[in-house]
Amino acid sequence: MAEITFKIFRYKPGVIDSPRYDTFKVDVEDYMTVLDVLEKLRLDDPTLTYRHSCHHGSCGTCGMLVNGKEVLACVTNVMELGTPVVTVEPLKNAPLISDLVVDMVPFFEKYGPVEMPLIRESEYLPEGKPSEEVGTYTRLESCLECGLCLSACPMVATDPDYMGPAALAAAARVVQEPRGQDAPAILKMVDNEQGCWRCHSAMECSEVCPNDVDPGGMIMYLRQKLISRKLKGHY
Amino acid sequence: MLAEEYKRPEPLWPKKRLGEWFSIAKKGAGGWAFLLHRLTGILLVLYLFLHFYVLSTLSRGANAYDNLTVLMESPFLLLLELGLVAVIVYHGLNGIRLMLLTLNVGVKQQKEMFWVVMAITILTTIIAALFMF
Repeated sequence: MAEITFKIFRYKPGVIDSPRYDTFKVDVEDYMTVLDVLEKLRLDDPTLTYRHSCHHGSCGTCGMLVNGKEVLACVTNVMELGTPVVTVEPLKNAPLISDLVVDMVPFFEKYGPVEMPLIRESEYLPEGKPSEEVGTYTRLESCLECGLCLSACPMVATDPDYMGPAALAAAARVVQEPRGQDAPAILKMVDNEQGCWRCHSAMECSEVCPNDVDPGGMIMYLRQKLISRKLKGHY
Repeated sequence: MLAEEYKRPEPLWPKKRLGEWFSIAKKGAGGWAFLLHRLTGILLVLYLFLHFYVLSTLSRGANAYDNLTVLMESPFLLLLELGLVAVIVYHGLNGIRLMLLTLNVGVKQQKEMFWVVMAITILTTIIAALFMF
């Protein structure tokens, strides 16, 4: 056990109108995650707000910035961070509602046009053999829709209309394996400055993705497909 | 509250959105490559104007240009010129890295590609320094 100082971002319209950081000293056990600490703090301060559901990294609701990096609070062990002060902030590039809670509506709106298919077939099943185009299974089926990639992307920061890594990764997955969806239409949809061409290959999305979906790689796949189609159109 | 009544809060965090480009809170090598590419790109644009200014002295006669080239041999300006070598080499090589990524080539090795770009940039700068000083 060790005493760790937590600096937590606070903002609550009508109560805390100017964003600030509150400092708490917490006795942290070896097993405790950032979410465990937040729940402990909430016992003393019921006004502290954050979002969570499953506690085991499968729902993607507790995304936040811990020491400046986008993580899922429920699977981020405090002691493994190795810092005496832990800073906890809300995700970036999303409207802030209260404390560590951001509005996820814009994030989900970006998925709308893609109509992300809910494919969760296990790669371990014999019938789950990937199609020739997919080659090997990546983990897009495991996208938690946590929004960490949008928070980490420097281009989303300056262009709110950019589709963003998550929706583009979903679009790429549809193109790889359409399953009845109109793949050429999806390609056409992402072929613009708010689509896959807005990405500047910082690859921060893939860096923070908690489930190895590799959105950056999926965006590059879309570009390759588009370039290939355009070249074929000319010759 | 009905969905239609819900007024979405304004983005308030982060306040300096353009600052996200230049933030040093990068998560990986790709983020650093992005930051350096942006900075070197801006420096190259600024250099272009400086370059035009130097060339424009030609219009004021050979003497004016010669006087400026003497000034260019000062250690401080030579150091800036060495920095220019580093900036050009990095921006050019990382540009090739970005083109390869766009063609979906070496995406899984993008970090290693960044380190190769950095290594060649440093090596080239050292070699240029040996010639210049």
